[in-house]
Parts: sequence; structure tokens; C-alpha cells
Amino acid sequence: MWLAPLGFLALFYFYPLSSILQVSFARGESGWMGALLDTLASSSTYGVLGFTFWQAVLSTLLTLAVGLPGAYLFARYRFPGKSLLQALTTIPFVMPTLVVAAAFNTLLGPRGWINLGLMQIFSLEVPPVVLTNSLAGILLAHVFYNTTIVLRMVGDFWSHIDPRLVQAAQVLGGNRWRTFWQVTVPLLLPVVLAASLLVFIFDFSSFGVILLLGGPRFATLEVEIYTQTVSLFNLPTAASLAVIQLACTLGLTVMYTRLSNRVSRPLSLRPKTYTQERLASRRSRLFAGGMLVLLMTLFILPLVSLAFRSITHLESTRLDTQPIQRGLTLDFYRELSVNRRQSMFYAPPTSAIGLSLGYASATVLLSLLLGLPAAWSLARSAQNPFNRLMDPLLMLPLGTSAVTLGLGFIIALDQPPLDLRNSWALIPLAHTLVAFPFVVRSLAPALRSIRPQLHQAAATLGASPGVVFRTIDLPLVGRSLLVAAVFAFTISLGEFGATAMIARPEYPTVPVAIYRFISQPGAMNYGQALALSTLLMLITSLGILLIERLRVAEVGEF
Amino acid sequence: MLQIIDIHKSFGGTTALLGVSFNVQQGEIVALLGPSGCGKSTLLGIIAGLFPPDKGEVLWEGNALAGVPVHQRGFGLMFQDYALFPHMNVARNIAFGLHTLDQSPAEIEHRVTETLELVGLPGFEKRDVNTLSGGEQQRVALARSLAPHPRLLMLDEPLGSLDRSLRERLVVDLKRILHQMRQTAIYVTHDQEEAFVIADRVVVMKAGKVEQIGMPQEIYCNPASPFVARFLDMSNFIAGEIILDNGQPVLSTTLGRFATSHPARGAVSVLIRPDAARLDGSGMVKLEGKLLEHSFRGSSQRIRVQFADQVLSFDFPTATDLPAVGTTLPISLDTDQGILIFPA
Repeated sequence: MWLAPLGFLALFYFYPLSSILQVSFARGESGWMGALLDTLASSSTYGVLGFTFWQAVLSTLLTLAVGLPGAYLFARYRFPGKSLLQALTTIPFVMPTLVVAAAFNTLLGPRGWINLGLMQIFSLEVPPVVLTNSLAGILLAHVFYNTTIVLRMVGDFWSHIDPRLVQAAQVLGGNRWRTFWQVTVPLLLPVVLAASLLVFIFDFSSFGVILLLGGPRFATLEVEIYTQTVSLFNLPTAASLAVIQLACTLGLTVMYTRLSNRVSRPLSLRPKTYTQERLASRRSRLFAGGMLVLLMTLFILPLVSLAFRSITHLESTRLDTQPIQRGLTLDFYRELSVNRRQSMFYAPPTSAIGLSLGYASATVLLSLLLGLPAAWSLARSAQNPFNRLMDPLLMLPLGTSAVTLGLGFIIALDQPPLDLRNSWALIPLAHTLVAFPFVVRSLAPALRSIRPQLHQAAATLGASPGVVFRTIDLPLVGRSLLVAAVFAFTISLGEFGATAMIARPEYPTVPVAIYRFISQPGAMNYGQALALSTLLMLITSLGILLIERLRVAEVGEF
Repeated sequence: MLQIIDIHKSFGGTTALLGVSFNVQQGEIVALLGPSGCGKSTLLGIIAGLFPPDKGEVLWEGNALAGVPVHQRGFGLMFQDYALFPHMNVARNIAFGLHTLDQSPAEIEHRVTETLELVGLPGFEKRDVNTLSGGEQQRVALARSLAPHPRLLMLDEPLGSLDRSLRERLVVDLKRILHQMRQTAIYVTHDQEEAFVIADRVVVMKAGKVEQIGMPQEIYCNPASPFVARFLDMSNFIAGEIILDNGQPVLSTTLGRFATSHPARGAVSVLIRPDAARLDGSGMVKLEGKLLEHSFRGSSQRIRVQFADQVLSFDFPTATDLPAVGTTLPISLDTDQGILIFPA
């Protein structure tokens, strides 16, 4: 059972990573490990590394500041529209970075609603709000992305803590303050730390957001690896940076797995109906109202602004001299299917959509074929020492940055023994690596829930093995199989980091096409980027809402 | 000491308490007895200050407690599933309530040790609460609520999640400990035996109202209503009528007519206690019935007997020799002690 998933990981994860190590450790002008030593000696490396840490720390703190009150709201109160809001707050998590960047651009960018509005009102020549190419933009996008993690992990755990622990502390004479610090905080601390670490890992290896919203001034390790590879073609330096990146993320991932094990501390967990109350007092209503406005502004406003902007004419397109026609338009969408440049290397965006859908389907197929046996083996015998080793091993790709994976593919898979340089399979393979941990995590709990007693019970009631499979296994696993498939599909559709490294110019995926449009000047290019982003956003949102409806909830499972 | 005056409370649309009043004296153990959902736990929450009543007052030594927050009331509450803090060991759980009392670490440590000895768990200070058995957790929870010397201790079904044999042993221990400390306490339970063993007085509740207040024996001998009787496992009710025969009140039922001194007249409901039956013919009213069913219950045995159009249940000591099921047996009823009359 392990053969296929392990073979896949060996070939497309460990082999490319070892190639990166090889390149950075290889003999250079200054001897063995020259590239790595040079990179480590360079002060610019420390600048990049320092900034990577700094922005990740800031982003994590901001995410906690928004996420913890939100987690409290979801954990302790019942209110109408709550499940819808919970589903909506999940949307950002799998939203492609390019879409998020474009969305914030339409809201706060130089041509965004707020700047255009302010310029109109005060007759300004220059956009007053500078969010692109600024740290603020990066932080905002990271908060947008990762608040979901805090809401989910902490909120879920919090909602299952017995409220009588707090009551017991109060009856014993603890005032509000002491009860909070001595009972609530220690109970929540492990899960808060685990969530923070996960947020930190994602912020640390963030790529698309920084590339698009950070501009040339800000470079994290990821962006630097990309620049060194794609613009400067300096593979040894890129590989050395990737080694540093790997060391950091692997260390953080190990810490995360340790911490999340501590979260499963034996607690008297309670059903939610028992722990939650209605918004009865004026204070709780005020708090909930404020939180709702904040979350809606953060999560929904940028996306709505993106969709609306993609069908609005605000500026002159191309070189037209006529006065600008303001109003609603579908021009940007129509333009997507036109090949204006008649260039061989230019593919019309519609073909990018077709290509992305094809890659996504291939990714679904591949990741399910590999993930199912892996999840099945994990679920069958969790106590088996080999399986206990495999569990974190399978999660490794989650902690490895996409750009590093892409770099590994470039270095390892373009020469014999495995030359896939010209193969279309390269992209679905990379996407499968990224999606694989999510697929396994979605499938394993469902498979584990099929206890042998269920089979025995069905058999004693007269069901043949075929009937048992059809009436017991399939319904229990079917939902999570669908969840895993949708996960793989949306991840593949939105994947940018690895794709940006390995996609060939004439075959761009949708995110790559969006990036190209955004990098080029002109309102028509901008509009098309927004139109593509909107399409991607709609598909992804549908996928996530589907996952939300179908998935079997587990405490703290991510 | 504690006065509970006309407490009303409803949650959303459902009414939990409908005007409950009673008092608790210094050093007294009062049991709140009633089926689940009768409002017992809600009442404890109101006395503890976890939520306010809609109407009514709680007084302590004559002073109204409304507005005094939970943590300043100085009451103890032992929760149903104990609510031990899972992130603290046994000693820290018990010490939690002592920190607010401005005691020195040495005093706190001494009190923790002392309380653990009192509940019969000496040396358990460093144990992880998650690894304790149900009975041990119960004792730690008791120690935690006793340690700060609460003015009033409330226990919410403290033995509810334990198995029967453990429960019977612990309830005696509990009573000994509470008496030893002269602890004023309110004990909530739905188990009449528990209530009778532990309480000086019992308050029987039904659907948010007090049905009867009295000493255990009083309640058992003179249940104030058919509800209380049924709750105490007495279910032989038959219809009757009290008429005047030559100026003397006489109770007339399908089982026969008996003299009575009950002041009611007209239709009444008659309870025949399960221990009212005699096999030796010593009862006033003599009957014959067919033995339908026989069940052995350990220290007693119960039979169901068919009379003309009534089926009644009776209890006998285990040693009593009973005929086989299906036979007809003579039964006489002790009408002095064994019959209770309720206005219909």
C-alpha cells in the first residue's frame, strides 16, 4: 500500500530537494559548498532573511489580534447567520494568492476604489493611499489569509471547553481577571501556540502576496529564490537560499507537529450546544456587531470590490482618445478570448482557463490515487511504528515552500535520468505534491471512523462483503473523498509559487496569466487580470463552500 | 442563614422555576430532590450567582445577595461532572480557591494536605487529575470546594456519574465529612435514597415548584401529594369516596370499606403503601388476590397482585415465603399505617 505514495514522494519530493542540496553544496569557485557559504556570507541574505522573519512575526501578531476575538465569538455564542459567516470566513484560506492580491489592489491599490474615490472628491492628481509596494499591504493580505486558521483551530477548541470550568473558578472566589489568566488562558495556550506557528509558517513562506503587493522593495526568501532563478538564472544562489528556507520551514513544521500533539490533551470536551449561549446582553451584542463588521470588511469587501471592478469601466482603455465611457461593461471578459498579438508565445486567456482546468483534473486524479492508499494505511494501524513515522513524513510537503518545490523540479527534472522539461505532466505533478497533505488529512479521519465492529455488525445482519462496501464504506468515505477531490482541484487551480517557476511561457495557467496581465501597464490588461481573478474566485469559492457543506468536522484538525 | 424567597426564572420560553421558597439553617444539610428538569440545578446556579433570578430574592443572614458577584459570595459549588481544571494537578486544583484568601504558601499547602486527608486521598497532591478514577475525581472536587471553608456548600448531583455500589459508599462518607465540618450544605439529587441518607431536611421539587419540605422520615411517611408518593416509588393508587355512614366517615373503594378519620368528603385518591400488605391476616381489611408476578430485588421482593379490577404492588422482606405465581393468596391490609388519602 505504501509503495505508490512513497515512490511518488521519493521521485518528486526528495529527489528534487536533494538536487537542490547538491547544487548548493557543489564545489564552486571558493571550494566545497561554495555557493551556500557565499550566500551565507552575503549581507543581502541576512537582509532578506531578517525581513522574512520580521514580516512573518508582524503578520502573525496581527492575525491573532483579529482572529482571537473572532474565535471567542464563534466559540461562545449562537446567533442567526453564524454558519453562513463561518463558511464565508473559510473562503480566503484556499483563495489563490493572485486573486487576493488583485482583490486588495481593486480596493486599495493606486487604481482601486478608495484611491479613485478620494482623487475624485478632492481632485487629486496622485493616489493618496499607498498600499501596494508597502509593508501594510503585505500584512493586510496575510491577515486576510490566515485569520481563518485562528478562527478554526482556536474557535473549535474553545467551543468544546466546558464552561463550568470558568464557573467553578468563579465560585471558588476567582474574579474575572484571575479566572481568565489561570483557567481560560492555560487551557487555550497550546492551541493558540499551534495556530500561531501554522500562521507563521504560511507567512514565512508566502510568495504571491509579497511578489504582487510588496513590489521591488520587499523581498522574502521565496521572492528572492524566484528572482534568482527566473530573472538572474543564478541557480547555485537560488539553491542555497532554498536550503536556508527548507531548514527554517522544516524546523517550524517539526515544532508545529509537537505542539499540535499537545493540543489533544485529555479535556472534558462538551458538545457545542452545551457551551454556547445567545447574544443576550447589550455588551455581547455590541461585541458581536463590531466583530461581524470587521470580519465582513476584511473577508468580503476585497472580494466584492474585485468582482465589481472587473465589470466597471473607469479609465481609458488602450489608446482611445474619446472621452472615457464610465459604466458597467463586459469588455474585459470578452477580451479574454482574443489573441491580439498574434504571437506564437501568446496564448489567449481562455486557453489558460482550459489548461488550468485540465491540470486541476489531472491533479485530482493523481492525488486521490496516491492519497487513498496512504490514508488507508495510516487509518488501518495508527499504532504501527512505521505508520507513526510516515504521518509526519507525508506532511512534509505542507511545510515546504512551493517556490522551493518548483526550483527542485527545475534543477532535478530537466536532465536524465528523469527529463520532464518538455512534459505537460510537470505542473500536475507539482500541484499533486502541494495538494497531497490536504488529501491525506481529509481522507484519514473518515477511513479511521470505519471501525471493524461496523463491518461485523453489517455482516451479522446478513450483508455480503460487496453490500458492506456499498452500504457502509462508500457512504462513510464518499463525502470525504469528495472533499479531498475539491481540495485538490481548488489548490491546483490557484497554485502560483511552483507554477510560476516551471510553467512554460506559451502554456500559462490562470494565475500565471493574471500575474502577466497585472505586471503589464494599461487599463485593458488590468481589467483582464481582474476578470480572470473574478472567474478564479468564483470557482474557488464554490469549491470551498462545497467542502464546508461536506466535511466531517474534527477538533483542531487541519 | 440562607433564605430563598419566591424565586422565578425562565430561559427563553421555557420556565425553570415558578416561585420557590425555603430556608437553610446553620450546619444543616438540605437535599433538593426531584426528577431531572425540575429546576434544581437552575436554583443552585441562582444561589451561587451564576445567573440572576427573574423575580425573588436570595438572602444570607438577612442580607440580599442580588448584585454580589459569584466570586465574592463565599459559597462553594461542586459540579455534576466535577469540572476539575485539566491543566492543573490535584494540589493546584484544591489551592485555587485558597489564593484569594490571602494565605501564605505554607498555610495553603497545609490546608491542601489537610483537605486531602479529610476526603481520604492523602498523598495525592502531585497527581494529574486526568488520570484519576471517577471516585477519586469526586473526592478531589469535594476537597476543592471544601478547602476555602465556604459559608455554604452546594453539591449538584455529586454522585450522579458513579456506579451504584460506589455511590452508596460515598454518600455515607460525604455525610460524615460534611457533619464533621458542621458544613451548611444544599445537596441536589434525583435519587431519593441518596437524599434520605444525607439530608437533615428534604425539599421535593416538581416542575419549578416546591412540592413538600420535611425531614426524610416525615416525607416518606406522609408524602404531601400523589406526585411525591409516586416519586418515592409508591404507585398503588385507587379511586375512592368518603361518605358518611351513620354520621361516621367511611372510605369506600372497590377493595372494600374502611373507617377513616380523614376530613375530606366525596371523591378521593387512595394510596396503598407497598409495605401495607400482611400475609398473616393481621391487617384490618382482608382480601384475596391472584399473584401475577414476582421479582427479587436483593434485600426485598416485590409481587404484583390482581384484585377484582385492580393490580397492586407489594414489597416483602426477602426472607418471606411466597407462593408460586398464579396462585390465589389471602392478603390483609394494615389500614392504620398503610393507607394515605389525597383529595381527588
